[in-house]
Amino acid sequence: MTAAAQDIRPGRLAEFWHYFSENRGAVFGMWVFAVFVAVAILADLIAPYDPTAQFRDHLLQPPFWQAGGSFAFPLGTDAVGRDMLSRLLHGARYSFYVGIVVVAVAATGGIVIGLLAGFAPRWVDTIIMRVMDIILAFPSLLLALVLVAILGPSLTNAMIAIAIVLQPHYVRLTRASVLAERSKDYVIAAKVIGAGLPRLMFITVLPNCLSPIIVQGALSFSTAILDAAALGFLGMGAQPPTPEWGTMLAESREFILRAWWVVTLPGLAILMTVLAINLMGDGLRDALDPKLKRS
Amino acid sequence: MIAYLLSRLLTFLPTFFGVTLISFSFIRVLPGDPIIVMGGERGVSPERYAELAAQLGYDRPLITQYGEYLWGVMQGDLGSSFVTKRPVWDEFFALFPATLELSVCAMIFAVALALPAGVIAAVNRGKFFDRALMSTALIGYSMPIFWWALLLIIVVSGWLGWTPVSGRISLLYYFPDATGFMLWDAAMSGQKGAFGSAVQHLILPTIVLGTIPLAVIARQTRSAMLEVLSEDYIRTAKAKGLSPTRVNGVHALRNALIPVITVIGLSVGTLLAGAILTETIFSWPGIGKWMVDSIFRRDYPVVQGGLLLIAVMVMVVNLAVDVAYGFINPRIRKR
Repeated sequence: MTAAAQDIRPGRLAEFWHYFSENRGAVFGMWVFAVFVAVAILADLIAPYDPTAQFRDHLLQPPFWQAGGSFAFPLGTDAVGRDMLSRLLHGARYSFYVGIVVVAVAATGGIVIGLLAGFAPRWVDTIIMRVMDIILAFPSLLLALVLVAILGPSLTNAMIAIAIVLQPHYVRLTRASVLAERSKDYVIAAKVIGAGLPRLMFITVLPNCLSPIIVQGALSFSTAILDAAALGFLGMGAQPPTPEWGTMLAESREFILRAWWVVTLPGLAILMTVLAINLMGDGLRDALDPKLKRS
Repeated sequence: MIAYLLSRLLTFLPTFFGVTLISFSFIRVLPGDPIIVMGGERGVSPERYAELAAQLGYDRPLITQYGEYLWGVMQGDLGSSFVTKRPVWDEFFALFPATLELSVCAMIFAVALALPAGVIAAVNRGKFFDRALMSTALIGYSMPIFWWALLLIIVVSGWLGWTPVSGRISLLYYFPDATGFMLWDAAMSGQKGAFGSAVQHLILPTIVLGTIPLAVIARQTRSAMLEVLSEDYIRTAKAKGLSPTRVNGVHALRNALIPVITVIGLSVGTLLAGAILTETIFSWPGIGKWMVDSIFRRDYPVVQGGLLLIAVMVMVVNLAVDVAYGFINPRIRKR
């Protein structure tokens, strides 16, 4: 093949970007997500105050555009005089952390179990899938709630609980893709050459099963953020004074009719982040799954 | 069909036993000794502790305890609440109508808006209307519903003063709850304004609980419609000169409904999970709030029993959806 002929076929990344960028919502979501990640990483540098510092002379001060507000606290303060902007910026860090850890744990566990189920003898497969059915029979938030009650309320335990609850989705997806791939010629060829089971599982088959798993990763990133915030809201996630968005909402419930900003802003932050990730997830699905490209 | 039904039932049973095992073992590993919890602030003397342990069967091996638990479950005995001393079964079914009423209203709200929205979006694919509807659906789908509830309370109850903030009916009305369904009981009580008050109390919780199913069903309807609209029989129907309303509303929608009905059936789990948050925020005396309160009170038999009953309910609905699907679409049975 000549160099010119090679140039005609775009790289996989370029092809992916071509399809992904067709979806303007997805690109917009990606930019919002990039800002979110930057805020999460740089929270210490860009937040004007320490998120737990209390300014006792400025309790429930409104945002700057309202009467009584000032630029010293651009988004106002909460009931004990903590700067809302600093707390929101630091909250991004917790949500990002939750998303990354939950997806990493759930996906790694789910992929390994799914590969095992797909390659193992029939009875092992049946047992694994029944166990997954059992986990899926419980509404996810309820199961996570009870798990956190067992483990003790904290952000770490909330993440463990959410990862356990989300794992079956990865198992099912991986197993389904493995079963579809396993009988294809290239896998049989690899087997004939003498590839061992681990090589078949992780090097031959897994890369060809990744597309739906990546899409699921994006979707469960947003589910993880939502569920962690819900657990925080119920008092079973991050504990005060941690500036986690759900926990902030729970703390501010009693001021709901007096100070709209302490309730509105953390929720808006959750909504924007989750929305951006879901937009991106839609774009990823369009770009990675050729069957859905036209719908 | 019978073979299909049997095969579905065969997968149901092991899952059922697994669910009982999980709800049993969860409670046995929860931190905090149930007997000390029962003792409350006064504490329990060692003699009384041994007596209670023997009475509750906690001194026997775990496997025996599980066997007894399972035997009890088969007979509808889920133990009694530590706090109220009433059987869990009775408590569950006393509160269940409240959750059912709320969930049914939320589902009606969701379906009534989602089906037309999905059809309109699909028919106007790519146009402004489609994009506006689907962006709204995506926002609804991404919504933290506990925050959505607080926002609605601020605006609708606080600023506009249209609806009450919590509960199922105004304290001005009192009547015995005959069925537990407040709308029905209020209407039957004959008290003027009672029904209106019950409706007012239902509005916000219904919107909050229905939001995510609304978004999911709208998206599903749209994509199912898009698939159906490119089928040959739709072209035939158009060629015959049928009106667009008839083609879209009857020929296309009817066939697009199958996947939509599956989604509706499968959102029972979503509804129950949503009920936990919705009921807690609106002080709605249903299963969700009962479970959250029991978890905080460490009322083990209630958590255990409630978890089991909710899981079994989700499983039964999923089974029913599966069977109905096999009934509608014979190709499924062959898998």
